[in-house]
Amino acid sequence: MQMLWDQFSDNALFINGLTLLVAAFFGTIILFLSKQEFMQEAWRRLRQNTSTMICLGIIGVYVAIAFADSVVIPIKDGVAIRNYTLIDLAFKNSPEEEGYSAPFAKQTYKLRGAKPVVGVHLLGTNVLGKDVLRETLKASRTAIIVGGLTCMIAIPIGLVLGILAGFFGGWVDDAVQYTYSVVYSIPEILLLVALLLVLGPGLPQLCLALGAATWVNLCRQIRAETIKHRDRDYVLAARSLGVPTTQIIFRHILPNVMHIVVIMFTLRFSSLILSESILSYIGIGVGVDTASWGQMINGARTELAREPIVWWVFLSASGALFVLVLAFNVFGDAVRDALDPKLRTR
Amino acid sequence: MLLYIVRRVLYTLPIIFGVMLLTFILFFTVASPENIAKRQLGKNPTPELVQNWLHNHGYDKPQLLNLPFDAKYDPKQPWYYSQFTSHMQATLLFQFGISDTTGEDIGTRLAQGALPSALITLPAFVATLLITVSLSLGIAFYRGSYLDWGGTFICIVLMSAPIMGYIIAGQWLLGLVLRYFPVFGFASGFDSLRFVLLPVLIGVIVALGDSVRFYRTIMLDEIGQDYTRTARAKGLSEQIVLFKHVLKNALIPILTKVVADLPLLILGSLLLENFFGIPGLGNLTIVAITELDFSLLRALVFLGSILYIIGLLLTDISYTLVDPRVRLD
Repeated sequence: MQMLWDQFSDNALFINGLTLLVAAFFGTIILFLSKQEFMQEAWRRLRQNTSTMICLGIIGVYVAIAFADSVVIPIKDGVAIRNYTLIDLAFKNSPEEEGYSAPFAKQTYKLRGAKPVVGVHLLGTNVLGKDVLRETLKASRTAIIVGGLTCMIAIPIGLVLGILAGFFGGWVDDAVQYTYSVVYSIPEILLLVALLLVLGPGLPQLCLALGAATWVNLCRQIRAETIKHRDRDYVLAARSLGVPTTQIIFRHILPNVMHIVVIMFTLRFSSLILSESILSYIGIGVGVDTASWGQMINGARTELAREPIVWWVFLSASGALFVLVLAFNVFGDAVRDALDPKLRTR
Repeated sequence: MLLYIVRRVLYTLPIIFGVMLLTFILFFTVASPENIAKRQLGKNPTPELVQNWLHNHGYDKPQLLNLPFDAKYDPKQPWYYSQFTSHMQATLLFQFGISDTTGEDIGTRLAQGALPSALITLPAFVATLLITVSLSLGIAFYRGSYLDWGGTFICIVLMSAPIMGYIIAGQWLLGLVLRYFPVFGFASGFDSLRFVLLPVLIGVIVALGDSVRFYRTIMLDEIGQDYTRTARAKGLSEQIVLFKHVLKNALIPILTKVVADLPLLILGSLLLENFFGIPGLGNLTIVAITELDFSLLRALVFLGSILYIIGLLLTDISYTLVDPRVRLD
């Protein structure tokens, strides 16, 4: 497994294929959702609100950056062929400096022995002389992946178990309830820390741990909603007509609980990104070779005590994080208002 | 009533067993003691070194049962001599043994850490509760106005910044520039007040946005109820309706949110304690992470779960005590 991964992880075709596959996966889900009349109506509601659309635009920019940093182009670099992402290519003309330099500065940040800065750095450079803007953009890919991959792990588990427990009841319900009660009774932060310490740092491990903490809440809500729909007349009518159980679940139950998934997804995304940054800050999130806002803040923490202070690393990392989370919070609220029938009457 | 409480307590027993099982799976099968030993001992330790480490920390037992087909079968011991039973016994009796890295007794370390943690979280908890409930009442009073809109927006903005941002900004502004508070450290006794204030302040600010928004929805929920309309219809002023009728009823859902967190207060806050150098349980968690101290983390996870289970239990019981509409079956 490890050898297979080592062989493929450098292959440009493989990386681009994987990126397209993930994009196609989310594209199909959005297409599936947009076919439903309920979702179309919700979209009409969302579109009327300007601030919601601005937030969606901001999220779109971040996703586009993440996509641009995932597509690689193999370029001959001396003798070896190296993979460059589109972000790497955009920053090809701004070389690494020797240590800190402020935004647009002409000299590196040392009281004695300051070296001249070669390129132009919009947000300055960090302790290793790397461009901060580039790191910030690369970290937004990590954030989007953490949110997306965690949902890809948590949503199927929560959806399947929740529908099964709610629809069939009996011992299935007992087993599912018992499982999520056990996971739920471990405080979330301790569960995350324990899982990550056991699994080791890394992007997939982080998503797995966050997924293990996320599915519980989704499963509870899906189960409750399924129980509500199970006893409705239309399900009874379908049963009396002899519709097989699987078809009842897929045609009648699933579309009627999908709005909970969408609400959970958009509301949870922001807290996932925040959790990622906190865990990476502690040092058990993504590994050291993956860019992350949490790690940038960790590196910048001690530099604020310097004289004169190094503020740009901290501000750009937390600023980028803040804007994305804010956009997701506002957008998630609007989605919940548009999709929740209980709130709509008010 | 008593019967309900007894049944509810009995219901938590399988959950506790499940947590014990889960911690066993996590810390003994997913991360096996051999792996832990190798991570502790550094690069390429000799097999004898690993074996020695395992023996010293009591990890050289069969996994589930002491039976002849197990690689670590010990004929001198009874059949139940295993990792699993010793883990279960240790957690049930709260005997967490010695730390993997320092060799200290984990129980004393936990006991030492509980008080400093509570010193930070308890004032923050009380202050947050008072501030958020009154703020959300105010926002609900002016519902539909610009004040409501602005307040909700500020809440979302407060929710969106990472907790490290608040801590670093607070330390820098109030500690380094204005020099109101010491930035780092802890002292015992009355002197600790100086060190506690800034973490408490930041803890309140961090919790503010989420809670105010949540309580506001609860208040608006109650304002839409029939009894509010009745109260207005009999000519009560808006203030009396809000502060007497609505507040009383809104406190029930607020109670359910708050009580579950009560026992967790001694666990403290990971980042706050780490940043301010407070020797509490939150800081101990960070220590366990950085030193790869699995036994310490195992104890913390189990302790936290027990406390949280107690909190959920208290929530359910207090809910039935406060709300007569709750059925007891």
